[in-house]
Amino acid sequence: MKPVAFSHLRADNADTAGKALRQGAKILAGGQSLGPMLNLRLARPETLVGVSFLPGMSEIRQAKGRIVIGAGVTHARIEDGADDIALPPMMRHVARGIAYRAVRNKGTIGGSLAHSDPAADWLSCLTALDAGLVVQDAAGKDRRVPIAGFMLGAYRTVLTPEDILTGIEIRDEMRDALWGYDKVCRKVGEFADAIGALVVHPDSGFIRLVAGATGGPPLILTELGADIAARATHPGRDAVRAALSARLTDADDVKLHLLTTALCRAIEKVLPA
Amino acid sequence: MGTGIGARVARKEDRRHLKGKAEFVGDIKLPGLWEAAFVRSPLAHATLGRITKPAGAEGRVFTAEDMTDLAPIRTVSTLPGYKLSDYPALARGKVRYVGECIAICIAPTRAEAEDLAEAVEVDLTPLPPVTDVVTALKDGAPLLHEDWGDNLFLTTEYDSDLSEAKAKATVVLEREFKTARQAMNPMEGKGVLAHWDHKADQLQVHTSTQVPHVIRTGIAECLGLDQTNVRVIAPDVGGGFGYKCVLQPEELSVSWVARKTDRPIRWTEDRREHLTAGANTREHSYKVTAYADDSGRLLGLDADIWVDVGAYSVWPFTACLEAAQAGGNLPGPYDLPAYACRTYSVATNKPAFTPYRGVARPGVCFVIELIMDAIARAVDRDPLEVRCLNLVQGSAMPYTNITGKFYDSGDYPAAAREAARMIDAAQFRERQRAAAAEGRFIGLGFASFTEQSAHGAKVFGSWGLSVVPGYEQATVKLNPSGAVDVLSGNHSFGQGLETTIAQVACEWLNVDISRVRVLMGDTGRTPNSFGAFASRGMVMAGGAVSKAAEELARRIRLHAAHLLQCEPDTVVLRDGVAWNDQASVSFAEIARTWYLRPDLLPDNVETTGLEVTEGYKPDIDTGVFTYATHAAIVEVDPDTGRTEILDYVIFEDCGRRVNPLILDGQSYGGAAQGIGTALFEESLYDGAGQPVTSTLADYIMPGPAELPHFRLGHSETLSPYSRHGIKGVGEGAAIAPAGAIVNAINNALAPIGVELSQVPATPHRVLSAIFAAQARKEAAQ
Repeated sequence: MKPVAFSHLRADNADTAGKALRQGAKILAGGQSLGPMLNLRLARPETLVGVSFLPGMSEIRQAKGRIVIGAGVTHARIEDGADDIALPPMMRHVARGIAYRAVRNKGTIGGSLAHSDPAADWLSCLTALDAGLVVQDAAGKDRRVPIAGFMLGAYRTVLTPEDILTGIEIRDEMRDALWGYDKVCRKVGEFADAIGALVVHPDSGFIRLVAGATGGPPLILTELGADIAARATHPGRDAVRAALSARLTDADDVKLHLLTTALCRAIEKVLPA
Repeated sequence: MGTGIGARVARKEDRRHLKGKAEFVGDIKLPGLWEAAFVRSPLAHATLGRITKPAGAEGRVFTAEDMTDLAPIRTVSTLPGYKLSDYPALARGKVRYVGECIAICIAPTRAEAEDLAEAVEVDLTPLPPVTDVVTALKDGAPLLHEDWGDNLFLTTEYDSDLSEAKAKATVVLEREFKTARQAMNPMEGKGVLAHWDHKADQLQVHTSTQVPHVIRTGIAECLGLDQTNVRVIAPDVGGGFGYKCVLQPEELSVSWVARKTDRPIRWTEDRREHLTAGANTREHSYKVTAYADDSGRLLGLDADIWVDVGAYSVWPFTACLEAAQAGGNLPGPYDLPAYACRTYSVATNKPAFTPYRGVARPGVCFVIELIMDAIARAVDRDPLEVRCLNLVQGSAMPYTNITGKFYDSGDYPAAAREAARMIDAAQFRERQRAAAAEGRFIGLGFASFTEQSAHGAKVFGSWGLSVVPGYEQATVKLNPSGAVDVLSGNHSFGQGLETTIAQVACEWLNVDISRVRVLMGDTGRTPNSFGAFASRGMVMAGGAVSKAAEELARRIRLHAAHLLQCEPDTVVLRDGVAWNDQASVSFAEIARTWYLRPDLLPDNVETTGLEVTEGYKPDIDTGVFTYATHAAIVEVDPDTGRTEILDYVIFEDCGRRVNPLILDGQSYGGAAQGIGTALFEESLYDGAGQPVTSTLADYIMPGPAELPHFRLGHSETLSPYSRHGIKGVGEGAAIAPAGAIVNAINNALAPIGVELSQVPATPHRVLSAIFAAQARKEAAQ
């Protein structure tokens, strides 16, 4: 389990990074997924370009009406919540449940999103928070990508090989949104077998209910969410299961059961059953 | 007590471990050292054709064709009907499991060696794989070893008359059980570093092993060397569990290449190699019929046991030790009047089965304990009472059971009742009712077992082994500074033997443990030993050290008597000083006189000096039996299928406890592994025989958060047959968790009508069982 020889470039400006990517380099963020894949020789890049030192990558800053989290911010930093800029409390909760501390010390929020393991936490969490993603293309130009639609399938996103995910933007109102997040997994810190996430902002009328770890992109349950918003009561297990099975026709009984549980528990945090 | 037997002494070896100064195979530095990587089979079953070495790799890639002078691992057995399977260090003609070694590649670094391994082209023609015992035994099944005519290493049979049991039985239970294949996962995987030492004219092999002297024999025999030309050193070893008590094909290839190239060569197993090529243990299946009466008394047991032993027979324990142990131990600690059992050691396209901590007993304990609870449910009695009714009673000791096991001492029902008291079983039903009222499912489960330890030559001989353990040697000496050196060929690899055998020496010599230095596991420097496995280390090495230390104490008193001008009998050893009444002489003075000023001693002094080597085996060859009952309270969450262990107690009697602190650690570690067996660990294969749990993301092991706070209780029934009454304890705690936990799960889910009979009890299995029970209920309505 030793990687194929590769060269490593630490980019500290967009030009260097862009040039390397145009020449076929692969991005290295915290390395907590890519590292094992290199060691297993499943990933065999000739060049890795480290992007954690690009300007702004490790910043958490306040912009107008939104929080901007650098893609290179580690799970541990979000878990610790020691920055001056407050993040939505759900994020701190989610960060604490990712793997174990050694992984959280190195692993990054942007790396996790770009890797797009369907069972990872940030995709579901940030989908529920209706985050926006800041993506820099090879020319150094930024574009904004909504998180819904970012992930195409397991380990596939809208990012091109030359794109760098640089930041995650979250609307200020999410700081005081009501939220519930539940992850069903084999053991503490393990990748999820099922994720349920609910975010509700009563003042703005925002509600989003998300099922994660479905094998594909996080599933936004728009109608059930709207129903919950309208009634302000827990819809109950049967309604949740029905909403899921309508959308996940390939899922087996156990998967539907676990997703139902995760969703019900997430909803319960906001609306007691 | 000081630091002798019974003291809670912190481990001597922890200083270097905690400072990162220990020396494992991977830490050793030798000039010119190269690393090895193996080309391993990507297919489960295939004909091996041409192997093409990459251009320019002369002298860096070796295959079986190069190793014409290397004999395969051949494990003979005296059991009638046993079939031989030559296990080559590198595959010849055929590959029989994914991960089997095909070629060895060497380079200055491991990464370069892996580059080389990737560049080797191997022609493989796929053959249909045999991935489970059912397929293996079907007519016309593909054959692992064509000349056998079938896929059976061996069948064995116990057959006592069941007719009376059948006639009297009012309860007849038929059940099937399964335990998963596992990988043992020591923290340090295998590792071996070999080089030819020209000064000593020896092949020197540093290897991560439990049994250095045995490995010396194995390497010498396969390489065709005289044993005098092979030295095996086990440096610091990071866990063994049985994984490291057999001769490994990689040890042979690395030794051969080191000799051939006259270069130090090291191979370090990585976790992926371990989880695939090392997925070699625990996989059993059972069909059992139990006969009982209305009181819950077990009258007879009729069992078929299949062990999926993989492709080859390991040396020296054979492919059949597991099934022999399973058949012999299924009756467990119970007084079973009638027993019929057939065992099948079945060859499949999986790695060669290797005995793991507990050897077969985690499987058979799981089965007999689930049977006990099934009987209790059938006769509507408390499972604890049914256990106590069936356990061998204290008054019956010593007791020979139906398979000929000689239970030397103890009170098994007392241990079960103590475990029940510790977990407050009397109050549990009330607690369970209260939880049920809240919609929660909690359950209590027990499992009792015996742990045969330090069994000797006759027992291993009866399992057909051609290489069997016997006497154990140890040297204890007073060095010139008056400190004590203990030399043992046994080994310490996490179980604390380095400390506990020092304590045994302290017991006789009455010195502080800081004055005792222990050297272990080096065939060049330590006396002969069969190594540490089968819970024999403490009994055997401890016994040998005890005998040697006792004799050294006698000699120290003799020398002291010369210096103190008194009779040896009146000399008392205390804190490193020999006393005669008020007069005293220190060990340092005694040693200095013997080594450097012998002129001060009388002419008739014993010339045997202050170095003693003694041999030891217990008074009986049948082993001394530790016993215990585990009790678990679990909560099963029907929404997630997850099982949480709310409370876990172990009440154990292992005779004299040499170091209670280390014993506690043994219990925690063993029980943690048992919980892995019960709830998490499973090496899975697809239909093509491909391992699908090849990383720790797929092969799930319990972590700290999944383990309960274990509560331990002890009694000390000394064995009459071993030095100090010590019984072995290394394996025990790994045996019972599957039984206790699944009994607790079944107890919790009884209202739903669930009875699990397979481990690990994963959330998926628990949920599937709940769904099936609900479907049955709906169909019945």
